[in-house]
Amino acid sequence: MNLRTLTANRLGDGAVVYLTGDGDWSRSINDGRLITSTEEGDDALRVARRCLEAHAVVEPYLIDIIADTGSRRPAGTRELIRSRGPSIAAGVPAEQR
Amino acid sequence: MYRYDEFDQTLVDERVVQFRDQVQRRLSGELTEPQFKPLRLMNGLYMQLHAYMLRVAIPYGMMSSEQLRMLAHIARRYDRGYGHFTTRQNIQYNWPKLPEVPDLLADLAKVQMNAIQTSGNSFRNTTADQYGGVAADEIEDPRIWSEIIRQWSTLHPEFSFLPRKFKIAVTGSPNDRAAVRFHDIGIVIVEGDGGEIGFEVLVGGGLGRSPFVAKTIRDFLPKQHLLSYLEAILRVYNQLGRRDNLFKARIKILVHETGTEEFARLVEDEWAQIKDAGVDLSVEEVGRIKAYFAPPVYEALDADVAEFRAQRDADPDFDLWAGTNLAPHRQPGYAIVNLSLKPEGGPPGDATADQMDRVADLADTFSLGEIRVTHEQNLVFAHVRQADLHELWTELTAIAMTTPNMGLITDTICCPGLDYCNLANARSIPVAQRISRRFADLKLQHNIGELRIKMSGCINACGHHHAGHIGILGVDRKGEEYYQITLGGSGAEDASIGKVIGPAFSEDAVVDAVATVVNVYVAKRKDGERFLDTCRRIGPEPFKEKLYGAH
Ligand code: SF4
Repeated sequence: MNLRTLTANRLGDGAVVYLTGDGDWSRSINDGRLITSTEEGDDALRVARRCLEAHAVVEPYLIDIIADTGSRRPAGTRELIRSRGPSIAAGVPAEQR
Repeated sequence: MYRYDEFDQTLVDERVVQFRDQVQRRLSGELTEPQFKPLRLMNGLYMQLHAYMLRVAIPYGMMSSEQLRMLAHIARRYDRGYGHFTTRQNIQYNWPKLPEVPDLLADLAKVQMNAIQTSGNSFRNTTADQYGGVAADEIEDPRIWSEIIRQWSTLHPEFSFLPRKFKIAVTGSPNDRAAVRFHDIGIVIVEGDGGEIGFEVLVGGGLGRSPFVAKTIRDFLPKQHLLSYLEAILRVYNQLGRRDNLFKARIKILVHETGTEEFARLVEDEWAQIKDAGVDLSVEEVGRIKAYFAPPVYEALDADVAEFRAQRDADPDFDLWAGTNLAPHRQPGYAIVNLSLKPEGGPPGDATADQMDRVADLADTFSLGEIRVTHEQNLVFAHVRQADLHELWTELTAIAMTTPNMGLITDTICCPGLDYCNLANARSIPVAQRISRRFADLKLQHNIGELRIKMSGCINACGHHHAGHIGILGVDRKGEEYYQITLGGSGAEDASIGKVIGPAFSEDAVVDAVATVVNVYVAKRKDGERFLDTCRRIGPEPFKEKLYGAH
């Protein structure tokens, strides 16, 4: 199975968060729990559902990730952009701000 | 412009109170996300990739300087200091926080604005020609009828749960600047036999997965019957529209499957039943709304403004801008000014809070305190004295809004794409930025001439790619961003749907591919021929050959 982690958006501000090993949420994918089996995936989803019911996050789901030494990144472009934020300068280019 | 009466204001204020309560119940856990989602969508609040997104309606793209100042305040206070003007002449904020949205909406309500029906299966913001009331080529002001439609379609009880979203556009001029032929209903103000003014009514246009150019179902509708006729169309759609299949739910599919003639007959039958049932407005009521759009008191000026001519002669930069970014005004001595939101390398349609504030101040000084948003994601000052143009140009240059590129290759329509949008397949803004830099040389752009690039990050086509002379559509190939190119589309009165030229291009190759297409055009064009005309004349083969010939 591919390496995975679990992501969601935070209820209050919609920020992208990742489920940590101890059932908390972190803004950094590097804190996200590593999921290596279907059972671990199910377990993560169970924890996430409890957080849903506690109204901490919305729309949790599993994503494929690539883990190198010390850092992780999502496998696809969409999740890469979610993890890093927009790839463009906000509003107008820096030189015109 | 239109001002809320007590009913409008009460409705909007009450909505804010209701939504405040709904947000509180969501945050306290009383409402679940599935319960809350339809409520937030009814108030224009989406969940995007990184945050919530709020879409604020700018009815037919028209606002006062006071309203624009409020939009700037909102960008600063509740967002990250900027907003994005959209192809529905609206504005989107990319970073609002849920607990603060009720206060944001309350601030909007103070200036008679709201986010009602900017999402969901309801009537969306009715769009109109941005030159309404001032264009030299106009038959009649489309804003009057857009406002009437806005009032009729806001929280209309019978049409609150349509099969799908519903978009109407109005133009008062034969030169279509509002893309009416790509709307669920397109309304063209026309002069009938004997000089009577009325409407040509088109239905079933749309972009997205299945693009269609709208079909005319009535050549001439007397003005007083607009609402009953619209109601008849909506009744037929509400009853027969495909609620069972999301991809077939828009009216364009119904019109296509039913056939234009049969659809027109169904509408006429329905109309015959409700025509005299009191849906239409009285002459007095139309007159009351019309009064809000009465032409301002202009100064009596000569058509030929010597000062303006001399300034053009003396300043080549100003001259270039005047030749590109101005449009003819119906009042002698005045001009319509387009403010470009497509600076070199900028995200198309974005404006910072500081820019918005400055534009509001300049509108007060130079254009009767009024600003319009175009569906091509630029802004317009509609009432500028030609003698003031040079001074205005100087001021606008200081805030990077005088790029002389209206209708040129860097005046790209571009949706937010994968940088923000939850539905996107690929990024669109960075591609637009690279095109903008690649063709930044003004001589080059002007030499290429009119060329409208329109780009969407997915098949939903918010960036109107089917209607682009060159259309670019972001597609996903195993998690990688690819871009499909279409040629020959048009959103104007000669509306057409662009044709896919061949296999999609990688992110690295797409801008070169656009340049190749442009080179073929430049090599093949006849004197004075626009890109679109050359494209229609020579067909896709010469482009294909250069794009794919080597493979
Ligand atoms: S076209 Fe697609 S990617 Fe672009 S804004 Fe619309 S839904 Fe999002």
